[in-house]
Amino acid sequence: MNDAFDLRSSEMHIEVHKFHTGAILAALILALFFQAFVPVYFPRVAILDLPLLITIYFGLSRRNPSTGLLLGMAIGLVQDSLSGPTVPLGLYGIAKTVIGYLASSIGARLDTEHPAARFALTALFFGLHQGIIVLTRRILLAQPEPWFNVHLAIAAGINAIVAVFLFLLLDRLRKPS
Amino acid sequence: MVGIPSRHKSLVLLAGVVVLQVLLLAVQIRRDSQGRLIRVWTVGAVSPFERAGVYGVGRIRGTWNHYFALQNTSRDNEQLRRENDTLKMQIAQLQSKAAEADRLALLLNFHKSHEDVPMIGARVIGASAGTASQTIDLDRGERDGIRRNMGVITPDGVVGKVVEAYQGTSQVLLLTDKDSGVGAMLADSRIQSPVGGTGEPLLTMKYVANDDTVNIGQRVVTSGMDRIFPRDLPVGTVAEIKSGNPFKMIRVRPAANLERLEEVIVLLTLRPLELKKESAPANPQSAAAPSPAANAAGPSQAAKP
Repeated sequence: MNDAFDLRSSEMHIEVHKFHTGAILAALILALFFQAFVPVYFPRVAILDLPLLITIYFGLSRRNPSTGLLLGMAIGLVQDSLSGPTVPLGLYGIAKTVIGYLASSIGARLDTEHPAARFALTALFFGLHQGIIVLTRRILLAQPEPWFNVHLAIAAGINAIVAVFLFLLLDRLRKPS
Repeated sequence: MVGIPSRHKSLVLLAGVVVLQVLLLAVQIRRDSQGRLIRVWTVGAVSPFERAGVYGVGRIRGTWNHYFALQNTSRDNEQLRRENDTLKMQIAQLQSKAAEADRLALLLNFHKSHEDVPMIGARVIGASAGTASQTIDLDRGERDGIRRNMGVITPDGVVGKVVEAYQGTSQVLLLTDKDSGVGAMLADSRIQSPVGGTGEPLLTMKYVANDDTVNIGQRVVTSGMDRIFPRDLPVGTVAEIKSGNPFKMIRVRPAANLERLEEVIVLLTLRPLELKKESAPANPQSAAAPSPAANAAGPSQAAKP
């Protein structure tokens, strides 16, 4: 398989990135570890959703919807597993599956390398991710959950800012084209 | 197999993955009092088909049973008709027995309330063969102590008197016979006048002067002057009043239902009787004894003025 190839189905020249072996898995494990253990000592860090950012990043980079949704599903299910008995398996899994699919689909059509685009897309996906979770809780689990509050808006902004820098860091894991 | 376009494969995969996770959620979640969510969903999804199936089977079975499988219906119908007829007959018999029990209870009560008066209950076993006379036949006769001119009553009122006594049966001339009569009086005003039969359902009270006040509905009771019946036994009620010359023409409706007699009481004495005042059906207002000469009086002599 080539390290990189071009999508030439459209006018736009969009590059599909490949990563070093184990890079995705390592990034995923680190993100989950960070999400699971760092908030124990720094509770405010819990506002970050690093597994979501990882899902968005690799979805945008890989630009393959099937790969993106499966990656999102895997990350979400692991996050569910680490979230304790109050979170049923599938809650984050569904949300991140959809986000992975959408990120991959959008990444295949748009240039998402620009920091501004990454900021906007991350904020958008964060809101959408939260919306799917609320929808799942309300409809499937019959659990009351607010659709939106200021905390979520702040969290979306912070995650988007963090994503800009995190994605630059993750760009270093790419194989050179 | 219909192939899925490559551009839709990821969408199908997405749908499949999401559905799988939704099912995974459903398996884990337990709804209060409804069990696991997957069970709730499964039941909710399956129950409409079950209901539809039961409804459809019921319709088919009903259609089959009501329109096609009718080979036994005629026989069943006939059997049910027979059972229905039998049951109707049984109901009629039971109703008849119940009515008879009521009547006998009345007679028994009457007899108990006048234990000092010799009397015997008798069953009506026949009636006059023609319309020329109004008589009934009783299943009691001379060997039961019944003699001619004995009074016959029911708890409702006077019936008539014995005109013939045979060994085991007796014949009673009803009040409605045109040759019958009883000494009577108006219960309120105590105006006396014999009451006689006309051959019709109503009796007639002939000798009440035009100056006397009589109202419709007034009670007519025995006066005891015929020396057959004790005083104050109900005879009937005034039904019609017409002026006459010199007497009113008064029609009296009999107190006893003389057209449907089944059991009666025969007063087993030819001596003057005195009934207690508290006798409810007869309800005499006073209890004066008639003349002792009643023994010698024949039916017509005693009845007719």
